[in-house]
Amino acid sequence: MSATELEKIQSYQNKEYKYGFVTDIEADTLPPGLNEDIIRALSAKKNEPEFMIEWRLKAFKKWKTMTEPNWAKLGYPPVDYQKIRYYSAPKKKDQPKSLDEVDPELLRTYEKLGIPLAEQERLAGVAVDAVFDSVSVATTFKEKLSELGIIFMSMSEAVQHHPELVKKYLGSVVPPGDNFFASLNSAVFSDGSFVYVPKGVRCPMELSTYFRINAADTGQFERTLIIAEEGSYVSYLEGCTAPMRDENQLHAAVVELIAHKDAEIKYSTVQNWYPGDEQGKGGIFNFVTKRGLAEGENSKISWTQVETGSAITWKYPSVVLKGDHSVGEFYSVAMTNNYQQADTGTKMTHLGKNTKSTIVSKGISAGSSNNSYRGLVKVGKKAENARNFSQCDSLLIGNRCGAHTFPYIDIQNPTAQMEHEATTSKIGDDQIFYLKQRGIDEENAISMIVNGYCREVFKELPMEFAVEAQNLLSLSLEGSVG
Amino acid sequence: MLEIKNLHTAIDGNEILRGIDLEVNKGQIHAIMGPNGSGKSTLANVLAGKDDYEVIEGSITYQGEDLLEMEPEDRARNGMFLAFQYPVEIPGVSNSYLLKTALNEIRKHQGMEEIDAADFLALIKDKLNSVDMDPGFMSRPVNQGFSGGEKKRNEILQMSVLDPTLSVLDETDSGLDIDALKIVANGVNRLRRDDNAFLIVTHYQRLLQYIVPDYVHVLYRGKIVKSGDKELAFELEEKGYDWLKNNGRES
Repeated sequence: MSATELEKIQSYQNKEYKYGFVTDIEADTLPPGLNEDIIRALSAKKNEPEFMIEWRLKAFKKWKTMTEPNWAKLGYPPVDYQKIRYYSAPKKKDQPKSLDEVDPELLRTYEKLGIPLAEQERLAGVAVDAVFDSVSVATTFKEKLSELGIIFMSMSEAVQHHPELVKKYLGSVVPPGDNFFASLNSAVFSDGSFVYVPKGVRCPMELSTYFRINAADTGQFERTLIIAEEGSYVSYLEGCTAPMRDENQLHAAVVELIAHKDAEIKYSTVQNWYPGDEQGKGGIFNFVTKRGLAEGENSKISWTQVETGSAITWKYPSVVLKGDHSVGEFYSVAMTNNYQQADTGTKMTHLGKNTKSTIVSKGISAGSSNNSYRGLVKVGKKAENARNFSQCDSLLIGNRCGAHTFPYIDIQNPTAQMEHEATTSKIGDDQIFYLKQRGIDEENAISMIVNGYCREVFKELPMEFAVEAQNLLSLSLEGSVG
Repeated sequence: MLEIKNLHTAIDGNEILRGIDLEVNKGQIHAIMGPNGSGKSTLANVLAGKDDYEVIEGSITYQGEDLLEMEPEDRARNGMFLAFQYPVEIPGVSNSYLLKTALNEIRKHQGMEEIDAADFLALIKDKLNSVDMDPGFMSRPVNQGFSGGEKKRNEILQMSVLDPTLSVLDETDSGLDIDALKIVANGVNRLRRDDNAFLIVTHYQRLLQYIVPDYVHVLYRGKIVKSGDKELAFELEEKGYDWLKNNGRES
């Protein structure tokens, strides 16, 4: 990149975070801090059955013996877990039965985010289980889904209405002692989504949840559980935005997916939480454990993520390929700008025979950010004929950012076939000039080049989501380059 | 339309163009010829606004405006098109997306509405035929995996869709076989009108067998050392450039 091009890029400064607003709603909160009493109080507020309290307390005991992991290429000030508020819910009189009963202030917030719930219910065929802070406020299309026997509700509701399923599957993929953040989540998780698709049912619509962090100093700990019974199919969309604030906010979610024989789960995420300002002040700390168990024969789990937000991202959506002929996929775009740091990737654990995994990771680093891909492909002793294809590309914008790739391979069966491709590139002056000569200004030229670079991942997203992802990426780029 | 006066440019401190004077008017085709390293491509790139080149002296006026003050994209929106000598690859961006975006940028600039998908398809269908390209080309990533000839034909396709006022062709003929050369030439001839102009930069005379220029200029060591009509091109083909080199040193 020429000196002038670089200057231009550096001179383009942050576009303000578009979704930075705080909704004024009375919050029902617990005092900051974490101990057994808080966990009991939280569980009581949610009116949980005894087994949940025990489950949480067990996780908390485990968590107290654990230390925060430090192997990721991330630097951040220590988190004081006693200063965090572990429960915050919008004040409610009764559970809303329809959108009319939902706090209009909340609905306006979603509208600002471009999620007109009412419109969605009427037009789009997308059922939305919207999580505002810690409690689900509106769930649509529930009836249509229930006709098919599909359960789509908040985790809190599932604990009440389907305790047997929750008891059976919760923690079956990500055990309460899995890692520091997963244990914390298990102890204090607030809410999230629960999906159950019965045998042979193909879910006719994309299930979608928009998460949103709102009350100050409130960590958010979603817990999502998706179960696809034999021969079923479900596509789940997760999208996130958060309002702007100065203090770092901790976020530690756990997502568990279980695909039985011949079942397929497609899980797509667009994440644009507040990344902090251009000096690296503020922003969300995002420590997520996402794992799918391709349990049955011929099952398939596919993760697609577009990550443009958060100050710190620690996230490795993984698949355990247990069933013979099972398939795991990971498609990722991670964009970092300013002082954002992302350490993200995947883990494909091949256990069954003839299992197949695909990894396509596209990192984009701009500003002074650091972007790392970290992946593990593991092939167990009995995993005959496992196959993996990995492609890890990095794109650098400007000359102050960093891109790193840490691919790990652990093969215990000689029949495995592994392919790994990696590239690092910069946006070329000649590419920008070519597009400018066609009448396209620099900002749009860079956006076009970056979107082209991410195309392999975007094409995995459902149509409406792909458009949103492109817009988000352009928005993030506007902040960094032009 | 275009008036270049005493243009001197340098790259990394080396002076490449050393005083170019050239006037191009509507309805004209000018050919710029010259040996390698004479500054032909530099001239094309300076016109398009590539910022590697420093203009030390002189001026360029385009449609009454100071061209050197315009950003490359503004030059493009005002009807200037450069057919690149080495068209770049843009992975993941489809040919059709690029071309439609480019066309809409120009239309927006002209106060026109954006073209819709159906009209765009209809427009390019005909143009694709004229450059002997399959519609499948449009969904392929820009220039990625294109052969040399396909890249050049793609430039001509873009030119014919964008319908520029001033087209600058930078050695579009280099590396082309005779069939591709004819396609390029036809592209220009089809577009040729009273209200537009072409500046064709070429090393060889052979393209000018198919595109008949109104003027031929010989560039040598950063200066136009001889200008003439189409006959000059044939003369150069016969005699080579050597006989002009002395001429260049004298002037």
